[in-house]
Amino acid sequence: MYDIVIIGAGPAGMSAAIYACRARKKVLVLEALTYGGQIISTNKIVNYPGFKEISGVDFATNLYEQARDLGAEFKFEKAISIDTKELAVSTNNDTYKTKAIILAMGVNNKKTGLDNEDKFLGRGLSYCATCDGNFYKDRDVCVYGSDEVALEEAEYLADIARKVYVVNKRSDFGNEVEENKLKVKDNVYFIFNSSIKSIVGDKAIEFIEVIDKSGNITNYNIDGLFVALGKVPENNNILKDIKTDDNGFVVAKEDCHTNINHIYVAGDIRDKNLRQLTTACSDGANAATMAIKEMR
Amino acid sequence: MSKLIEEKDFEKEVLKNKETVLVDFYADWCGPCKMLGPIMDEISKEVPVYKINVDDAEDLAKEYGVFSIPCVVAFKEGKEINRSVGLRSKEDILKMVK
Repeated sequence: MYDIVIIGAGPAGMSAAIYACRARKKVLVLEALTYGGQIISTNKIVNYPGFKEISGVDFATNLYEQARDLGAEFKFEKAISIDTKELAVSTNNDTYKTKAIILAMGVNNKKTGLDNEDKFLGRGLSYCATCDGNFYKDRDVCVYGSDEVALEEAEYLADIARKVYVVNKRSDFGNEVEENKLKVKDNVYFIFNSSIKSIVGDKAIEFIEVIDKSGNITNYNIDGLFVALGKVPENNNILKDIKTDDNGFVVAKEDCHTNINHIYVAGDIRDKNLRQLTTACSDGANAATMAIKEMR
Repeated sequence: MSKLIEEKDFEKEVLKNKETVLVDFYADWCGPCKMLGPIMDEISKEVPVYKINVDDAEDLAKEYGVFSIPCVVAFKEGKEINRSVGLRSKEDILKMVK
């Protein structure tokens, strides 16, 4: 029997593990892939207080070693169900009984839902400009999205690629300042009130069909499509009777309490405004502290 | 352990290999690639794993249409039979060759 089982070894889950271990609780962290979560894709973290600059991998590794050295047990198994009555988490390997559960599964990239999306993944389609942008030197690319993240992706790509089209379903990005910064770049082309109808190509992307609100279709020849449509909760089908919002994020306030006793939520999968490394770690601390306080 | 090879050794080590092998296209600046490293080392106990640094082997990466890393390509008798993109579990990657 564990005191706390944490699902997800990203910054939120591992921060929770540190707080719980320091309170001498028996902690299990379950992770489907490897520790770190989304932060491992960040080259340089420059906004985490106390660190002028650190790589995402180094940060995640420090956090992992800190939690492990304090006594947290890590098992690299995928959680497949939660027993909200008996308090237990089942994985593809075993079932773990516990006194409290912290949900910290994080989020994943929202897909376009277009037919060829999976076919072109890694063959022209990407969800991360800083990861894959370098492959598109002097080529033409498109960013698909309607928020600040889409602008950031476009800005990064504008320095590498030949042409950067930005297809936005809406009429703005919600950030005029950043939008205007990009507007003056002569290789960035905004296409507003439009969406991508299809991705066409054989082994690689050849062009996209873009449809505007009046139904007019225009083809754009591109080599790379960067999808920036936002994030969706990861593995949230295990939540069952845990309350979520319309988009599948777990409903909880700053105390990280879910609607079910002894089950807490931390990090990006929580329904909240600001999803940052600092707020993920903060959630982890809050969730662990509440779990300990309310432990039977 | 995974074996780091250069572009010039690709034909001999991978294409002319009689065994089914995995090629891990990676770069030093890529975080998910770093995290995949130990997983690939673990896999190499069961299937030969070769690593190609895409920054040193741009032509090869282009030839095999590698536009996202980490990208793990499975080769059987010199022909690509499967590939995975992004950080994947050991089980998922082994499924490509079994």
